[in-house]
Amino acid sequence: MREGSRLSIRNGRLVDPANGIDDQLDLYIAEGLTVGIGETPLGFTADRTLDARGQVVCPGLVDLCCRLREPGWEHKATIGSETAAAAAGGVTTLCCPPDTRPIIDTPAVAQLVLQTAERVGRVRVVPAGALTQGLNGEQISEMAALKQAGCAVMSHADRPIRNTLVQRRAMEYAATFGLTVFLHPEDAYLRDQGCVHEGRVSTRLGLPGIPEAAETVAVARDLALAEQTGARIHFRGLSSARATSMLLEAQARGLEVSADVSAHQLTLTEADVEGFDSNCHLIPPLRTVADREALREAVRRGAISAICSDHQPHEADAKLNPFPETAPGISAVETLLPLTLRQVAEEKVDLGTAIKRLTVGPAEILGLPIGRLEPGRIADICIFDPDAVWTAGADTLLSRGQNTPFLGWAFRGRVSWTLLAGRLVFERPGKTP
Amino acid sequence: MNRTNIQLDGQGNLKHFLTIEGLGRDLLTQILDKTEGFLMVARQAVKKVPLCRGKIVANLFFETSTRTRTTFELAAKRLSADVLNLNISTSATAKGETLLDTLRNLEAMHVDMFVVRHAESGAAHFIAAHADPHVSVINAGDGRHSHPTQGMLDMFTIRRHKGDFANLCVAVVGDILHSRVARSQLAALKGLGAGEVRVIAPRTLIPAEAGTLGARIFHDLREGVRDADVVILLRLQRERMRGALLPSEHEYFQLFGLTEERLSTAKPDAIVMHPGPINRGVEMDSQVADGPRSVILEQVSNGIAVRMAVMSMCIGTQNLQGQNHLDA
Repeated sequence: MREGSRLSIRNGRLVDPANGIDDQLDLYIAEGLTVGIGETPLGFTADRTLDARGQVVCPGLVDLCCRLREPGWEHKATIGSETAAAAAGGVTTLCCPPDTRPIIDTPAVAQLVLQTAERVGRVRVVPAGALTQGLNGEQISEMAALKQAGCAVMSHADRPIRNTLVQRRAMEYAATFGLTVFLHPEDAYLRDQGCVHEGRVSTRLGLPGIPEAAETVAVARDLALAEQTGARIHFRGLSSARATSMLLEAQARGLEVSADVSAHQLTLTEADVEGFDSNCHLIPPLRTVADREALREAVRRGAISAICSDHQPHEADAKLNPFPETAPGISAVETLLPLTLRQVAEEKVDLGTAIKRLTVGPAEILGLPIGRLEPGRIADICIFDPDAVWTAGADTLLSRGQNTPFLGWAFRGRVSWTLLAGRLVFERPGKTP
Repeated sequence: MNRTNIQLDGQGNLKHFLTIEGLGRDLLTQILDKTEGFLMVARQAVKKVPLCRGKIVANLFFETSTRTRTTFELAAKRLSADVLNLNISTSATAKGETLLDTLRNLEAMHVDMFVVRHAESGAAHFIAAHADPHVSVINAGDGRHSHPTQGMLDMFTIRRHKGDFANLCVAVVGDILHSRVARSQLAALKGLGAGEVRVIAPRTLIPAEAGTLGARIFHDLREGVRDADVVILLRLQRERMRGALLPSEHEYFQLFGLTEERLSTAKPDAIVMHPGPINRGVEMDSQVADGPRSVILEQVSNGIAVRMAVMSMCIGTQNLQGQNHLDA
């Protein structure tokens, strides 16, 4: 299809939480922008029409944490392979953490990621700049230059900064440039060698545990520093009920703090580690049923305003070892929407709210004017069939990483088309009108 | 992978011996009964039975061990198997070979059984899940998780002295948090229906939600061993002083070291056990270790018989599989 062609999406159920729309409305796109909703713009003729009958049409998903593994870890995955997987999952914008090789701590690396994504990528890639040089937790990075190079936020990936003073300075410096700081709340000393939640399952299986306090101590510290410095912070991937209530309390006091949760944290618990399933080796770890319920509630009420994938594709060997020696993380970008729709099916959250947490919620955290359907805005669109039943497996997932505990799971809801700036970047075979 | 029954074949026979959890009282009792028979073998002039003749057993020790490896080796030899001893900690993986590659290489040598010791919890499960279906895996200790033959030899020792488990009070003293031996003992005691099980240690050495293991928790030795029929001491690793878990061996012995005097609150006929090797003056004083109530050396002899029992059971399951295979 030509760039800048005119497209109409007909007969779909349009869900745009940012504008409170949930109705059967047609959508018109021209020159990469949305030009009309409901009514055909004057003189509009479509070059192509997508018949979205029975499908949901919503803004393209925004994923706050999706590792592409390039540069440096190409044996795991590439920008090409993972942005294709993201597009198949309905994601149109993703934020990649800075733990590439080399680390995204200089404008050159940020530009390399952006240029490669421009060349081979299917979706919009927003790199997160490293908060400290080499993610060493000692010297802060050239954040102004990173921002100019295209880093929308600063992050320390999943490596906690041990030194509280460095953490304070990094937050202050980021705040100078209005940069949001993504934090992985974990006290490195309390985590120690832990690899699963410290509780029943760690006790029975003799796996080194990560206490809940490893998260709450870090959340308490970072909230105190945010209050002191005025920095805008975002907790990347909460896992415990107690941290969630600390977040709620801070928000109630008016602190500018946001948080997200990984979709698998809303789905699995520590019990899934039984049998030493290395695909359930996750950081932060899967915790208890009560923790999961609190996270679901926080998503419903909005204290947690984004659901993300925390996509971490690995080569097969990374998971073929005794549990503690395996690399943590799951390949998740293609199950982000299906797992979220599962929450809807289980009536943990309504569809509009669920889509909000996947679109405008994360977009606002990134400070980008996306995740909404309005005339004049970039047309990033996800169209999915809410009733399509499919099974996750090597034949259905595009990601280079097959490391997911959801292999063999049946899901209801599957992306049919994904559009980035009005251009089809994914089309499910057989969906051609 | 069938998570709960990976140890059993379709008919409920023991295929691998990875953990005591989930095996059920009948199977545990069967292991103890079989052990009884093998104990006699050691007393015969010819200490061999032909149950595993023609089979190859590989001792895969990723962590060094003398006692456990030796007793497994003796057990295999008494069953007439050929034994390969591989000290992996100093060979293959040091050269960068992955665990799975090591396994594949040994499978190519047609090994029938792996006896595995590894520093990481879940290692034996991992190997069992990825090994050739004709191979059996026996866990000789994985991380903090499980050491099932030790657990069963302790149960066997208890049964020989005390008979039925139902009315017994068993106290386990020491580093429960890091101990695979303790986990196996607690699972076995639960499985065999022991009357009361207690663990005794400072809070730093008790795991989270320890109550779910089926034991009452004590922090005072004297209270914990009161009226106990069996007192089991665990070995204290030196590195626990470094992780801020304990201040010193001295204070540990002052509070949790077993002496004749502290043992006096236990039942008069209580037995004292220890998986070895003992730190004299840390876990217990020599008077107790060498005293009339100590059954520590008997544990070692029983270890060989227990290992013969589980090895022969697993090989027996393999033979059944082979027959079914021929029938089909």
